[in-house]
Amino acid sequence: MNAPLLSRRSFIVAGLSAAGGLAVGFALDGTAQALPIAAQPWTPEGKPAGEINAWILIEPDDTIVIRVAKSEMGEGIFTALPMIVAEELECDWSKVRPEYASPNRNVVEHGVYQQMGTGGSRSVRGSREFLQQAGASARARLIEAAARRWNVPASECMARASKVLHEASGRSATYGALAAEAAAVKLGAEPAIKSPDQYKLIGRPTARLDTPVKVTGEAKFGIDTRVPDMVYAAVAACPVFGGKLKTFEEAPIRGRRGFVGVVPLDGAVAVVFDRFWRAKEALKALPVEWDIGEAAKTDSAQFCALYREALDGPAATARNDGDADKAMGSATKIVEALYEVPHLAHAPMEPLNCTAHWTADRVDVWMGTQAPDRALALAAEAGGVKPENVFVHNCFLGGGFGRRAVNDELKQAVLVSKAVGKPVKLVWTREEDIRHDRYRPQAALRFKAGLGADGMPVALNLRTAVGSLLRSLGMGKVENGIEPSAVEGLANTQYRSPNIKVDCVLKNTHVPVMFWRSVGSSQNAFAVESFIDELAHAAGKDPYLYRRALLSDRPDFVNVLDTLATKGDWGKPMPAGSGRGIAIHEAFGTIVGEIAEVAVSKTGEVRVERIVAAIDCGHVVNPTTVAMQVESAVIYGLTAALYGEITIKDGRVEQGNFDDYPMVRMADAPHIETHLALSGGKKWGGIGEPGTPPVAPAVTNAIFAATGRRIRSLPIKNENLSGA
Amino acid sequence: MLALMVNNRRYELDIEPETPLLWALRDEIGLTGTKFGCGIAQCGACTVHVDGVATRSCQLPVAEAAGKKITTIEGLAGDTLHAVQQAWIAEDVPQCGYCQSGQVMAAAALLAANPKPTDADIDAEITNICRCGTYPRIRAAIHRAAAMASR
Ligand code: FES
Ligand code: FES
Repeated sequence: MNAPLLSRRSFIVAGLSAAGGLAVGFALDGTAQALPIAAQPWTPEGKPAGEINAWILIEPDDTIVIRVAKSEMGEGIFTALPMIVAEELECDWSKVRPEYASPNRNVVEHGVYQQMGTGGSRSVRGSREFLQQAGASARARLIEAAARRWNVPASECMARASKVLHEASGRSATYGALAAEAAAVKLGAEPAIKSPDQYKLIGRPTARLDTPVKVTGEAKFGIDTRVPDMVYAAVAACPVFGGKLKTFEEAPIRGRRGFVGVVPLDGAVAVVFDRFWRAKEALKALPVEWDIGEAAKTDSAQFCALYREALDGPAATARNDGDADKAMGSATKIVEALYEVPHLAHAPMEPLNCTAHWTADRVDVWMGTQAPDRALALAAEAGGVKPENVFVHNCFLGGGFGRRAVNDELKQAVLVSKAVGKPVKLVWTREEDIRHDRYRPQAALRFKAGLGADGMPVALNLRTAVGSLLRSLGMGKVENGIEPSAVEGLANTQYRSPNIKVDCVLKNTHVPVMFWRSVGSSQNAFAVESFIDELAHAAGKDPYLYRRALLSDRPDFVNVLDTLATKGDWGKPMPAGSGRGIAIHEAFGTIVGEIAEVAVSKTGEVRVERIVAAIDCGHVVNPTTVAMQVESAVIYGLTAALYGEITIKDGRVEQGNFDDYPMVRMADAPHIETHLALSGGKKWGGIGEPGTPPVAPAVTNAIFAATGRRIRSLPIKNENLSGA
Repeated sequence: MLALMVNNRRYELDIEPETPLLWALRDEIGLTGTKFGCGIAQCGACTVHVDGVATRSCQLPVAEAAGKKITTIEGLAGDTLHAVQQAWIAEDVPQCGYCQSGQVMAAAALLAANPKPTDADIDAEITNICRCGTYPRIRAAIHRAAAMASR
């Protein structure tokens, strides 16, 4: 027997339970009742009685539903943001159930959830204050409702653990009992929110609420969506980016079992069957001709030359302190180096997919997206319906890392659904995912420093040539030639020198580029932290102390460095063939320093044995998640540093799956330690990305310490270190 | 018609015998806990037990699974969660969670065959990919599950 499917209608309204509260969301099979997470909490049909504001719904049984307007892709936001609300709400944490905020409601109620995109390690920083306010406001209204019931002043009542208490009379009422009345209360003034020294829940290590469903297989990802009458699509885009679909021949696959249709798309073709396996196999047998154009003559070697040459051409100046060119002349020593990085794919574990149901007056899509607002607008445009008639049902994301911020798969799914007149689940194969990503751009960076007699830089010239993400995405022309992400970590380098010039050359090829975990910092930190190491070496100084001296204006950096040096055993002897490397970088408001311990064998094999990280993100919401995110960012950066490389030949990507785009696995994974070095105050830094940038330079600096070989071009696997 | 025994239940499927078990589980039976990650036996997201052995179901034709005892993530727990699942919760292993069904199934099979695995055993036997980098916690959770089982 097959698992029962829910009708679309009942799917949409499954939320509304008889009690007027919201039920546990969508039950695609019997086990889903236990899920703490609903996929679609809101319908235009009316608000449940216990909804105190758009963020908080309290059920009669005291369940506290907290809406999350950011995407859960592993970073733990389904726990961190509810903690912020609960901090003020004074509710029983064990009764909290997060669910996604509705992108449709965000349209209909004019931005009630603000900006729903998840990226830039911004979720906590960008929503903390208004979420604290939402929690505080709800608490005040619950207290007011109780006070009116008991006819006592609100000031005599207090809230604790999902109850309002009136100590003088010994009365109490549960939030569940008060919710409907509280929802009607209008406050004269909004209550003040807590300052960090008053936090009780924020800062406490807290088990993630999404863990249980992720060990039982119950967690629903976009790819797990099943709706009635659904058919499946496999898709192939033109192997050369930007190419067009010329012709295809349906006849060879038309007679196959389960055939539904072939749908031409913009630069792609979709094959639709009643099962995904049949669609995927038929796609391989479909004769297709592409119009590939001039780009088919390009390859990675040409791009390499292109970016190197661009470094000699005209550039836009992003920072100009003093007169770097002139100061170079007075230096006692000049150090110059060229650093190069390749394109990288995101390769989230869940291949891109989207289930769409198009009808003439309404479009529903089920997927994991980092940008539900943009996804909704895109579905409206592709489907030709009004935005208020589009329902984006966000699911758990099987990884994002930036890839799910732009939803190419959604547009395809909507168009295919429209073409075949049925709900369609469109799934990219891993090969499609690797070959049609929007990549971390290839880049070349040339740095020059003039050192004074004391070995410190009297002049720095940092020059980068890289693809523009915004131009590639069609999000802007970048008229002044400077894209903030291209120069992040360069233009704002905190290393001190009286003369600093930062130059930027933006150059795009036909290869689409986009945000990749930590964005511009992913290449810029590699170059800067390698270069600083080279300068320390040229000056005959210890790389940790050299950094410390150049960053002495920033006590937060110094604190991270000192914590790192202590915890990371800096200076302690290591066996021959082993070494330690250090790197530090600030991104997304957070400073992360890392020390890598690396062993290089006689045959040149690199083993990264230990990574120690110290981090200053100002304040911490959930220390458990912070440690997890550092571990994650380190492994993600390590895969890129050791192996990551997308190469182009004949205009197309050469790699296609995990056999030729390898990943760090268990046996390669280092021991990782995370230490907090928090500066507090006004600093609230991000956590999803900042752990990635320092990994590559910490490792290559460690390889230098171990072998004397300086790696200036990634990935490390391309370097022959045998006999080093 | 093909008869499959999945989680102690019998399913009759009218599908091509070369269909990979993965797609039979996900799209025919509706057990979506088993995941598609690569389709070429590289990542382990699709790991299930076939007669107790951890098997990457994306490369196993369903005809070859017929008549064998198949366990998926949905069938791993008994009255309580499996020791591996409990250890996974205690060590806060999952991040995005997408690889975790496969990781849990691989770890459960490892512990069934080798109740006290060393770090080297874990390195050799747990080769599933996790893009979120949960490896250090997976390692800790396997040791914890081993300790729980021996108690
Ligand atoms: S999907 Fe089977 S090993 Fe990756
Ligand atoms: S938890 Fe995300 S891939 Fe493993």
